[in-house]
Amino acid sequence: MAIDPIAARGDLRLTRITKSYGDFKAVDDLTLTIPKGSFFALLGPSGCGKTTTLRMVAGLEEPTVGSIHLGDTDITTTRPYQRPINTVFQNYALFPHLTIFENIAFGLRRRGVKDVKEQVDKVLNLIELPHLAERKPTQLSGGQQQRIALARAIVNRPALLLLDEPLGALDLKLRRQMQIELKWIQREVGLTFVHVTHDQEEAMTMADTIAVMNEGKIEQMGSPADLYDDPETAFVANFLGQSNLIKGKIDGNDGDNLVIDLFGQKISMPKSRSHAIDSSLYAGIRPEKFRISRTGSAVRGNILTGGRIEDVSYIGVSTQYVVAMPWGQELMVFEQNDDGVPPFNKGEEVIISWEPNFTFGLRGDEDIEAGTEVNPDEISE
Amino acid sequence: MSTKTVAATIPTIPLNARLSRWFGRNLLRIYMFFGFSYLFIPVAYTFAFSFNDSGKSNLIWKGFTFDNWQNPCGAPQICEALGNSIKIGFLATVFSTILGTMIAFAIARYKFAGRSSSNLLIFLPMATPEIVLGASLLSLFLVFKVNPGFWPTVIAHVVFCISFVVVTVKARIASLDPRLEQAAMDLYANEVETFRRVTLPLVAPGIAAAALLAFSLSFDDFIITNFNSGTMTTFPKFVYVSAARGIPAQANVIGSAMFFLALAIVIAGQLVSRKKAR
Repeated sequence: MAIDPIAARGDLRLTRITKSYGDFKAVDDLTLTIPKGSFFALLGPSGCGKTTTLRMVAGLEEPTVGSIHLGDTDITTTRPYQRPINTVFQNYALFPHLTIFENIAFGLRRRGVKDVKEQVDKVLNLIELPHLAERKPTQLSGGQQQRIALARAIVNRPALLLLDEPLGALDLKLRRQMQIELKWIQREVGLTFVHVTHDQEEAMTMADTIAVMNEGKIEQMGSPADLYDDPETAFVANFLGQSNLIKGKIDGNDGDNLVIDLFGQKISMPKSRSHAIDSSLYAGIRPEKFRISRTGSAVRGNILTGGRIEDVSYIGVSTQYVVAMPWGQELMVFEQNDDGVPPFNKGEEVIISWEPNFTFGLRGDEDIEAGTEVNPDEISE
Repeated sequence: MSTKTVAATIPTIPLNARLSRWFGRNLLRIYMFFGFSYLFIPVAYTFAFSFNDSGKSNLIWKGFTFDNWQNPCGAPQICEALGNSIKIGFLATVFSTILGTMIAFAIARYKFAGRSSSNLLIFLPMATPEIVLGASLLSLFLVFKVNPGFWPTVIAHVVFCISFVVVTVKARIASLDPRLEQAAMDLYANEVETFRRVTLPLVAPGIAAAALLAFSLSFDDFIITNFNSGTMTTFPKFVYVSAARGIPAQANVIGSAMFFLALAIVIAGQLVSRKKAR
């Protein structure tokens, strides 16, 4: 019994999903709602359970515990071909014995759609490859195969389109181009896209909402800006961009702000941005939020004194400084090169300042290395 | 004097160098020439002697004739033997290909108790000496009071062909990306449709290769056939028996024809795959 695609159009809801392989939990008690029409990204390092989650939604794996709903329909145990869901596979999985036309027509023919030719031509025009209809997949470049795989899925107008590391096999330049193209196509066809990736930049470029996954659980979910500006865990702070995490203690209140003691220097930050559970906390500041000034100059906001420039790397749009602090920690600072030549040299004594509102607070018992060991360029299985 | 020495020495050193360079460059070609000669001289001999105006014995060249090719059934019983071989080969191929393909899928795709031991046991008929296999099959047939003849021969051929089919088809299945089948299921094809439209077409070249292999193994089997065929004659048996009194030139005709047929199939296969790749 196939699911009525109209009735099943709605939000995707995963409720308390666990997938175990023996003692190993690939996905651990995951609850998630993906709103209809959104471009949603599951982001995490390889082995975090994101691909397993996707395969359970596609019907290629069955959850050990929990349920999956599409709209009001329970699809937890239905077969993949009964779900109004299509997948763009990693490495595309185009049928090598069929022409491009027949590859795209495959789903339409199985569903007994009447105007196959018309629909295939339409989607081939959408991806701007109508001249390749009679070719075989092996005769196409990686970028072309990627687009055919996408066309083969969206031609069925599924309630949900799943993309499993769809750009992983492309080179950097093509990947950037396809990111923009995918986002455009998603808006054009108005389908719900669920995108699995280990590439934080890819997720941030395309998705409206990102769920960061780690060890089978969701660490944090939100818009790219929310996740970047106010990460709740060290893993998110490190996996999305870079962070400076400084050990501190909550020293008191000042209206809506907390006063934090960082190795004897007092700073303040908004209460709402602290995720600490007791008085110990890590103060987090993104490297580009810091400003460097010469010792003795007048600066506003939070100030840390006693820094010494340890290293200067000029990389065109910005200069990256490593600043050694009196308590032994090295902080990363990115400065825009809007004044031309980088003004600071190695060995100079400096003070670091930043806007208090840019500070985020993490629990004091966090592992501040979490998420840093991951190489974002590695291809997950 | 000195100019003479120079004139004599200069050409000799480069000659050595040139010779060794020539060998270095052409060694592979020389090796290839001898290799192919070794393989094809017997075939060429067989082909040449199919035109021999031989009379009774086809050992000495007596003159050129087309008679043997115009009348390949000229030798007594030869075409009956050939017909039996083709019938047995066809039946053994059909049964062993169907059964072997099913076994290959089971072993390659499913996890079941005894999977690894069946994987091992399937090699056994390949490893067993044919003389042993043939003799055991005969005694088995006799125990069950089945007389040697056409059908026992077919059954015996299926036994040893299955192993080769399983090995060939299994290799093809192993090279099949499981994501293709998942993609088919994802695109609304149920299990049966997925098998028919994706799995089977992709495994088909392996099955075809297995079938050809099975046919050629069955067609030229002598030892096992000799035990289990009773009074029925097959083409290899005919050649063996007539070897005692001189093989008729018609045997060379049929042998050569089989060779060219096989060659044509191989070339056609190459052309088709080259056309597909383009």
